[in-house]
Amino acid sequence: MTTTIAGSSKKATDGLATLNQQERTLLAPVVKWGRGVYLTIGALGAIVLVGIYAYFVQWRTGLSVTGMRDTVSWGLYITNFVFFIGISHVGALLSSILRLTGAQWRHPITRMAEAITFAALLMGALMPIIDLGRPERVLNLLLHGRLQSPILWDILSITTYLTGSTIFLLLPLIPDMALLRDKFIQAPLWRRWIYKFFSFGWRGTPEQHIRLERAMNAMAILILPVAIMVHTVVSWIFAMTLRPGWNSTIFGPYFVAGALASGAASVVLAMVVFRKMYHLEDFITVSHFKKMATLVLTLDLTYLYFNISEYVTLAYKMELTDKAVLTDLFSGSFAGMFWLTQILGLIVPAFLLVFSMIKPITWLKRIRLLRPIPLAAAAVVFLTASFAPSLLQPLTSLNLASLEFGLRIGAIILAGLFAFSLIPWLQARPIVLFVIAASLIVIQAWVKRFIIVVPVLEHPFLPNTTLAEALYRPTWVEWAITAGSMAGFLLIYFFISRMVPIVSVWETLHGRKAAEPVQGFGPALKQPATASSPEV
Amino acid sequence: MTDQKINRREFLKLAGLGTAAAVIAAPKVGEVVGPAIRSVLRGSAHPGDSGGGNHRWLMVIDLARCDGCGACTDACSAMHMVPTGQEWIKVYKMQHVTLESSYFFPRPCMHCDNPPCVNVCPVDATYKRSDGLVLVDQDRCIGCRMCMAACPYSARYFNWAEPPHTDQELDQDYSVEMNMPHRKGVVEKCLFCPSLTKQGLLPACVSGCPMGTIFFGDENEDAVTNSLGETHRLSELLVEGAAERHLEELGTEPRVWYLPPRTMSAETQSEVNPAPHQG
Repeated sequence: MTTTIAGSSKKATDGLATLNQQERTLLAPVVKWGRGVYLTIGALGAIVLVGIYAYFVQWRTGLSVTGMRDTVSWGLYITNFVFFIGISHVGALLSSILRLTGAQWRHPITRMAEAITFAALLMGALMPIIDLGRPERVLNLLLHGRLQSPILWDILSITTYLTGSTIFLLLPLIPDMALLRDKFIQAPLWRRWIYKFFSFGWRGTPEQHIRLERAMNAMAILILPVAIMVHTVVSWIFAMTLRPGWNSTIFGPYFVAGALASGAASVVLAMVVFRKMYHLEDFITVSHFKKMATLVLTLDLTYLYFNISEYVTLAYKMELTDKAVLTDLFSGSFAGMFWLTQILGLIVPAFLLVFSMIKPITWLKRIRLLRPIPLAAAAVVFLTASFAPSLLQPLTSLNLASLEFGLRIGAIILAGLFAFSLIPWLQARPIVLFVIAASLIVIQAWVKRFIIVVPVLEHPFLPNTTLAEALYRPTWVEWAITAGSMAGFLLIYFFISRMVPIVSVWETLHGRKAAEPVQGFGPALKQPATASSPEV
Repeated sequence: MTDQKINRREFLKLAGLGTAAAVIAAPKVGEVVGPAIRSVLRGSAHPGDSGGGNHRWLMVIDLARCDGCGACTDACSAMHMVPTGQEWIKVYKMQHVTLESSYFFPRPCMHCDNPPCVNVCPVDATYKRSDGLVLVDQDRCIGCRMCMAACPYSARYFNWAEPPHTDQELDQDYSVEMNMPHRKGVVEKCLFCPSLTKQGLLPACVSGCPMGTIFFGDENEDAVTNSLGETHRLSELLVEGAAERHLEELGTEPRVWYLPPRTMSAETQSEVNPAPHQG
């Protein structure tokens, strides 16, 4: 925390005097709430309020204030829904898979991932309710629920996953809550009450440690199938229809892969932000980023593979019913978004991540033609010129259209060379590289959800009598609610990071000493927590 | 130790007995409790549903007769006071490829026997009745629009805002067989006019068609009638007219049959022109 109210820091440290330096660093964001905290909460809260106002408008007038109509009857809300549920998968990935495979390096980042899961699930579960025409009848889902409907599967699996994830977030919090309960005695009353309640009488006895480890192991195993189920049935909302473009057998694993990729990338972003904001350089090291990079690369390539599987098999045959959607994606009105997701959103991040793992390509620096600044300038010049080709036409024998086309192609090539020339620079700054790659993957995830939902609805079996009927243009209400939900997600996430240490204190500092039961959770747990060497 | 063993054995015995009792009793309990809970939670099943009776309604549309005038849509909209922007029976101009001749294609709700919309409805708001009709209960619909995503025929419409009302429409008692007054935030569609067929009348679009394009009738009676008073034996009409159903390959089993824009039944043609290899 950079801004600290004078005095408050002194008062806070008093109660925490018994802590060592490492513990103090990790607890600093929790015990010191400066002006920045209130400003951040205020700014995010304001965006949330705008979203709530937009929803109020929608509640009063109806969904007619959105861009959705009878042809495209789902839009941004369902896009956000799939996006958030996707992001939420990272909790299961890091807490469960890495725990079960015994990857010790996960300790400082598991809570970040679990908190993402919690916040994203809350926002994700809200989205379909916002999308309802009759939100006041939402209880009908319980009163008249029909198990044949994929929507019921969603409700069951998402509520199960939310419950499980909340438990999985709270369990490893118990010792840290107890630490705060015991040491942070200057905390306001409401926070002291929270710390007391959520430490569930933790005294740190060996017996309690064994029970906690056992519970966490059980959760790690239980949560995994639930997580896979959640995104599978989310995809089945689409795949259980007959619509060309959704009627696909691989949608389950396809969506799960996409979910894991976007979730892992979002954890990388969280790591960067928290590391910088809370000065966690000692705990989240470059080595953690490199391990995460391997994970993200694997998931990115897996998702790319699923994309290729889905589109190439359809495009090779070009069945009439698929053709309309596919041509719209490949070369029609969604082509820009489609190729951005594939190239900029998946292939470029893959290359970036690979560059972070190989030896620095120093020879690139020696090529004078490949200097970033001149190349960027040239690309900008070409692009600008392409908007006014008539100025250049007297110099050439080309017609206007081909000149414009040529200039744009030139701009793209120059931009590509510019990106290439940045490689040595990025290799020297791996964190910047990870931020770019992870951001591209997360943005890709949202755009991809959009072009999974909308183009398919724009091309029903029966042709539209007018094109206008089919076009979907989101309105300000939808954008405001979308922005509100993103801000709400960040707000919950930020608040969690200010209430409890976002890096697990006991696991990171003491967990290295404790034995980590990996295979089977019976006898291994009964051994005294001594042996085991930390993985570096 | 022995105590424990006995305890465990007893426990297992009890647990086994309990499970067996539960398995035997569960259906009985369910028989009593199930309907009780259902009646408490659901109230009357669907308002105004008079039941299907001993009918199996269906429609046969002779595409060769349709001139695309839209009178069916108008008659339907007048009868149901359909909110503006919706066409419960919509006339498409169809042409799949440039060399193919174009034709008009009236599309009501297909009242599928394997209805994708009913399958995906999370709250039993849209349901299949014994007389073949797929109805929507606008009292229960939550407006999730999953049925619209699932319907391959684009037959479903949503009231995105409060529909404009008339006094006459607002005076009606809501029933699933009339769907009036229209409501905001719910799905609506063609009903096959159960309120008319109950009185022995043809649905609005059928009687409204000046060309006699649309035939309507009861599969159990094996007869269909159009607005011109032509009555056909259903089974003969379907065979002789080479009837087919739209998007048959999807397996939705629609209750609307189409006679192709030209009569080209393999059977009638082979009588006129026997296939050469058979002769």
